[in-house]
Amino acid sequence: MLGWELPPHNSGGLGVACYHMSKALALKGASIDFVVPYDAYHPNAEFMTIHAATKLGPLDRYGLMGAYDSKYLRRIGLDEVEANDLKDMRGVQKHYVKFVEHFVKNNKPDAIHAHDWLTMEAGMRAKELTDAPLIVHVHATEFDRSGESYGNPLVHEIEYQGLMMADRIIAVSTITKNIIIQRYGIPADKIEVIYNAIDVASLGEYEYDQRTYRYLEELKSEGYTVVSTITRFTIQKGLTHFIRAAARACEKYDKLVFLLAGDGEQRDELIRLSADLGISDKVFFTGFIRGKQWRDAYHVADIFVMSSVSEPFGLTALEAAHYGNALIITKQSGVGEILHSIFRYDFWDVDALADQMIGIATSPALSSELRNNVQHEYARISWHDVANQCMALYSRMRKGAIV
Amino acid sequence: MSKRGIVLYLHVHQPWRVRQYSIFDTAEAHDYFDEKAQDTDRNNEKVLRKVADKSYRPMNALLEKLLKKHPEFKVSLSITGTFIEQAEQWAPDVIESFKRLVTTGQVEIVSETYYHSLAFFYSRDEFERQVELHRKKIRELFGVETSVFRNTELSYNDELGQWADSYGFKGILAEGWDPVLEWRSPNHVYRPPNTKNISLLLKNYRLSDDLAFRFSNQAWSEWPLTADRYSEWINAAIENSPLINLFMDYETFGEHQWEDTGIFNFFESFVGTWLQNPENTFYTVSEAIESNKPAGEIGMPHTVTWADTERDLTAWLGNSMQQEALRHLYALESAIMRSDDIALIGDWRRLQTSDHVYYMCTKWFTDGDVHAYFSPYSSPYDAFLYFMNALRDVRYRLMLDQKHGGLHG
Repeated sequence: MLGWELPPHNSGGLGVACYHMSKALALKGASIDFVVPYDAYHPNAEFMTIHAATKLGPLDRYGLMGAYDSKYLRRIGLDEVEANDLKDMRGVQKHYVKFVEHFVKNNKPDAIHAHDWLTMEAGMRAKELTDAPLIVHVHATEFDRSGESYGNPLVHEIEYQGLMMADRIIAVSTITKNIIIQRYGIPADKIEVIYNAIDVASLGEYEYDQRTYRYLEELKSEGYTVVSTITRFTIQKGLTHFIRAAARACEKYDKLVFLLAGDGEQRDELIRLSADLGISDKVFFTGFIRGKQWRDAYHVADIFVMSSVSEPFGLTALEAAHYGNALIITKQSGVGEILHSIFRYDFWDVDALADQMIGIATSPALSSELRNNVQHEYARISWHDVANQCMALYSRMRKGAIV
Repeated sequence: MSKRGIVLYLHVHQPWRVRQYSIFDTAEAHDYFDEKAQDTDRNNEKVLRKVADKSYRPMNALLEKLLKKHPEFKVSLSITGTFIEQAEQWAPDVIESFKRLVTTGQVEIVSETYYHSLAFFYSRDEFERQVELHRKKIRELFGVETSVFRNTELSYNDELGQWADSYGFKGILAEGWDPVLEWRSPNHVYRPPNTKNISLLLKNYRLSDDLAFRFSNQAWSEWPLTADRYSEWINAAIENSPLINLFMDYETFGEHQWEDTGIFNFFESFVGTWLQNPENTFYTVSEAIESNKPAGEIGMPHTVTWADTERDLTAWLGNSMQQEALRHLYALESAIMRSDDIALIGDWRRLQTSDHVYYMCTKWFTDGDVHAYFSPYSSPYDAFLYFMNALRDVRYRLMLDQKHGGLHG
C-alpha cells in the first residue's frame, strides 16, 4: 500500500480513507506494508506494518519549503531531482520512489495499491521491478483539486502515466470515473467504482453540551436556521457560489445564519464577498477547527451544504448526516451518488441552493424527513464492504487468475 | 340465468404537474403548471401529446372498432376533469373520439372527483363540490348522467360507501383485497354495511394486474400472454360466479404497456375470443349491478386503495411532507371559497390532485423499489419544495384579495 499520510498526521480525507480501508483489509486477512513519506508514530495501527520512506517529520512531507500546493511544484521529472534534496515535493517523491524500489526487491508484494498521483510514480516503478499488478486508487485528480482552472501539467502527466500503467483503477465515485474516462481517455472497463465509507464507531458517543457556539444556539432559539459547511476554503469547494446563494436566500427569508468552518486561501475573499453582499452579520467564520469545536459545528447546524465545484467523494457529508443535518450537495459531488434523501443542485445554480435552504428552513416536515431518512442511508456502506471489493479485485489480478 | 360478464373499467387521468417553481417565483408568477423546459415530464403539454399518440388515439380507435363489431362489448370509463382540460387544449380530437364512444350506448361514464383529489379525507364540502363539478362537466361534454362512483386511487371505506348511498349512487367501486374478502370471491356484487340501495363492485386484482403490470414482463413465467390463455384463466375464475371486474388505468394500453409489447392486438383478439362463447358477455358497471343482486355484505372500516402491496394510502399520506402539504392546502379552503376568484379557486383545486403528494412519497427508500414510483421530479424533496412554493403563492394571492391574513401557517 503506497500512501502519503495516515492519521493523526493527515491533513484531509485521504489519510482517513487509507487508514480505515487498510484496517478492514487486515481484518480480511490481508498482510499490508504501508509506505508513508515521513517518519512518525502511528497509534492504533498495529494491524499493518508502516514504513517511513524518509526521516522527515510528518509536517514536512510536502518538502521543507512548506505545505503542498501544485502551483509551486517544480515542473521537472524525477531524474532531474537530486535524491538528497528534500526541500520540495519532487525531492520527497524521489526519496519515496527510491525507498519503494529498495523495499520491493526483498519483499515482493502480491499487489501494489497506490493512492493518488503522489505515489503513482513509486507504484509504476514497483510494478516494473516485481511484475506485481498495480492498482491505482483515485481519491482526487488534478482536475478536482484545481476547481475551474486547468491545474498543474506535471501532475496531469504523472496521473496520465499512472492511469495508463495501472492494471486496474479504483475511483471513489462515478463522477471521478467519468473524469478519468473523459479527461484521461482511459477505457471505462478498466475502472471500478468503490465508494468510501464512514466509520461511525470512530466518531464515538458524545454528549453535545450546546456551549461551543452559544451565540448561534441563541439565534436558533429565536427561530433561526443554521446552515453550515465544514471544509477547506479553496476554489474547488465552490464557496463563493455558496455565499451568493446565502445572500439570495436572505432576500426572501431572513432567519438564516451561515457557519463557515475551516480555513484556506479564499478566506479573505469570502469575508469581503459577504460584506459586499451585505450579509456579514449572518456569516460566521470559525477559522481552522479540530476536536470538540469541529464536532460541535455539525451539532449546531441544521443544514449542511457541500458546495464543491468538483468533489470526488466528500466524506464530510456523511459525517454531517451522522450528526443529524439535512444535506444539500452539489451534483458535482460523488457522495451524492450513494444518498437519496438529500437535495442536489448544480454548483453554479445559486437560486436553486437558496430555494432549497429556504424550503428546509420553513418546513418542519421537509427538515425532519431529510434528516431522518438520510440516517438510514449514510452508514449503508461500511469499510468492510470496501475491503471485500478490494480483496475480490486483488484476487482477480493475481497471475493466472481468470478475469 | 344471466350471462357471465366481464366488467372492464378504465381510468383516464393526467394531473397538472407543478413546474420547477422556485421561491423566487412566489408572489411573482402564478403559472405553476406551465413548465417551459421541453426535456422534462413536468411539461404537461409534452406529456399529454405523447400519451395521446401512444395510448388515447390508438386505444380509442380500437375500442370504437370493437364496439361496432361486437354489440355485446361494453366499457366503463372514468375521465378526470384535469385530463379533460388538458385534452381540450392539446388534443381536442381525443375528446371527440371519447364522445363517439359514449354515443354508441355501450360505454358508461363513471363518477369521481373532478380534480382526482383526496378531498373525501379532508373536507366533505369540497369533496361534494368536486363530484358535482365532474358531473356537470360530463353532462356538458357527453350528455349523460353518472350513477356509479369511484374515488381517487380506488380509495374506499364504509363511510364512503354510506355517503355514496345517501348521495343517490347505485354503485361504487373498490379493490377486491384478500384480507378484506377473506374466503369470499371478488366475482360477485356486494353491499356495503348500513346502506339501502348501493352495490359494491370489487376489482379482481390478479386478472387485472396480469394486464396492467405483468403483460410485458419477460421474466414472468406466463410471458408472452396470449388471448386464449387469458380467456382460459377468466373462464376458470368465473366458474360459479357472475362476473369478473377488470379495473385498471386506461394508459395500460399503449403507455404502461407499449404498442410493441403486442397489447393492442392481444386485447382485440381477447374480446373476440371471450365473446365466441354465447354464455359470455361484457357488462358496464351499471348493467353488472342491475343484473346481479348482492351476494352479501362486505365491510371495510379502514381505507383500502388499489396501490402497492399494502393497499392503503401510505403512498399519498405516509410521510410528514405529504401530510403537511395537504394540511396547509386544505386549511385555505374557507378563505379560497370566499375569494370568488375563479382562477385562484381553480389553481387551489389543481394542487389537490393526488399525484402531487404521490411524487413526495419516500416509501421506495425503504422498499428499495425505485421503479415502482414514477415521478417527473429528481427527488420527493424537490416535488415538495416546488409544491410548497406554489402553495405560498396561492396564500399570497389570497392575502392580496382579502387584504388581511398572513403568509405563514
